[in-house]
Amino acid sequence: MNAFQRMNTALMIDESKKIFKVSRQAFVDPDILEAERRQIFDKCWLYLGHSSELAKPGDFVTRQVGGRNILFARDGKGNLKAMLNTCPHRGAQVCREKHGSAKSFQCFYHGWVFGLDGTLRSQPGETSYAADFKERSTSNMQQVPRFESYRDFNFICFDNGVESLSDYLGPVREYLDVICDQAETGMTIVGGTQEYSMRANWKLLTENSIDGYHALTTHATYLDYLKSATGALAQVAFEGSARDLGKGHAVLEYRAPWGRPVAQWIPSWGEEGKRELSRLYDGLLERFGKQRADRIATFNRNLFIFPNLVINDIMAVTVRTYYPAAPDFMNISAWALAPREETEWARKYRLFNFLEFLGPGGFATPDDVEALEQCQRGFRNSAEAQWNDISKGMGKENPSYDDELQMRAFWSNWNEHVFRVPA
Amino acid sequence: MQAIARTEVEDFLFAEAELLDEWRLPEWLELFTDDAIYYVPATDLAVDASPENNLFYVADDRFRLSERVKRLMKRTAHAEFPHSRTRHLVSNVRIRKQIGDDLEVSSAFITYRTKDGVTDTYFGSNRYRLVPGAGTFRIKEKRCLLDSEGLRAQGRVSIIL
Repeated sequence: MNAFQRMNTALMIDESKKIFKVSRQAFVDPDILEAERRQIFDKCWLYLGHSSELAKPGDFVTRQVGGRNILFARDGKGNLKAMLNTCPHRGAQVCREKHGSAKSFQCFYHGWVFGLDGTLRSQPGETSYAADFKERSTSNMQQVPRFESYRDFNFICFDNGVESLSDYLGPVREYLDVICDQAETGMTIVGGTQEYSMRANWKLLTENSIDGYHALTTHATYLDYLKSATGALAQVAFEGSARDLGKGHAVLEYRAPWGRPVAQWIPSWGEEGKRELSRLYDGLLERFGKQRADRIATFNRNLFIFPNLVINDIMAVTVRTYYPAAPDFMNISAWALAPREETEWARKYRLFNFLEFLGPGGFATPDDVEALEQCQRGFRNSAEAQWNDISKGMGKENPSYDDELQMRAFWSNWNEHVFRVPA
Repeated sequence: MQAIARTEVEDFLFAEAELLDEWRLPEWLELFTDDAIYYVPATDLAVDASPENNLFYVADDRFRLSERVKRLMKRTAHAEFPHSRTRHLVSNVRIRKQIGDDLEVSSAFITYRTKDGVTDTYFGSNRYRLVPGAGTFRIKEKRCLLDSEGLRAQGRVSIIL
């Protein structure tokens, strides 16, 4: 019997003593990764892509989601399709390009041709097949079992019996609304994908993406930079709260001194920026009233959607998803999201802002990578040094953005999935 | 103006590589003009994509480049503390064309970075715009085009490429 089979929980919790610990085995054990694949990635809604990535009929992207190869395409009628990227004939990947525009998809192995929706159109030697071969649904590329969308965020699930995406997201929807409502004509993914990896367990990035506690030390040089850049800071203090959104989802909502292209002005953006941002703010005011306009414009949100989607609406908006390749290795994909109607000025400053902090060439993310990889190295001692502590802020009525409530929300739900018992 | 030999450009690029490998970053920064830019685009973009409407890994103007150097020289730039060891190899240097007094130069590179027992390889091409003067050059633009599909497994561009 291996160590994982002997475990029935990875958590040690005592509310009265404010103890919340996570077993470090959860970050190193291959059997836990296998359980995560079966009980989380095969069962939960997973992010596939944003509708704006497929602007017109024929547009497609190929992507790895939950260990599968997915072909995500817009068919001739304009409908989005999520297909398993494998030929129904002998299994080869049908589409081998990362993105593009097509009239049909052809498997090069034996030349079968599929429509944009995966329907078999023709195959060489048709007369050697049964007369009704093309009418059989088994002759087509297979659609993913479940495919649903919310506000242009498209999700798939490999479990036919899963609840609707809408029920799965629950109160997350309201935060997605707040993020998307900054645009009048919808949000769009900006060209360019940041694809990187970390030699660390995937759950470390979940924690890190919603960790308001590490900024002052891990990101000291980023904060130094903001201080030395003339006019890069607004007169705003870090202040805000964390919320458990159920089912492992969580959010931080807080104010911070960096500039937000919707719509928190900083002096370095000058008079042109001031005019632009007040125009944006007035638009929000008109559409939503003062309270919601202020929330959209001046509050930051680090939104975590279980199990592996992060949408951070901070100095820019990033969409980030990540998968384990091994207990100590993950692959990450990140995109920039922006209002479709945004002016050239706003787009430019948004992206400038994005790169300051975010991504593997930014002033902050490389230090996160270092921190997570150092955690993973530290876990080599996990036979003796067995526990992580995430108790900060336990028992508080209103946990702060820099407490660890959101990690506890994630881990409690993770534990239920992996061990099939409530924490 | 006098024709510039490729060997002069090569000597300059080799010297640049040495400054980077020896972590003499403040001196390296002096190679750049006051209006210089340093770009590392995402690898799924066209080679001439603009950072004003596309997501890059790095898109520094001269100010942010100087801040990058300042950052990398601090103990609190955790990704590079202690400093990684690097070797920038520069090859296939060509003078592409002359634009006014400036030169458009391309090179191929392989850069090794090693830290904590892990060695990563970065490879691709650099596109430079060089301003000749006083027997040497200054860099007005350095665009670093990675050939890899993303940054897997390098994970970061915490060094300067």
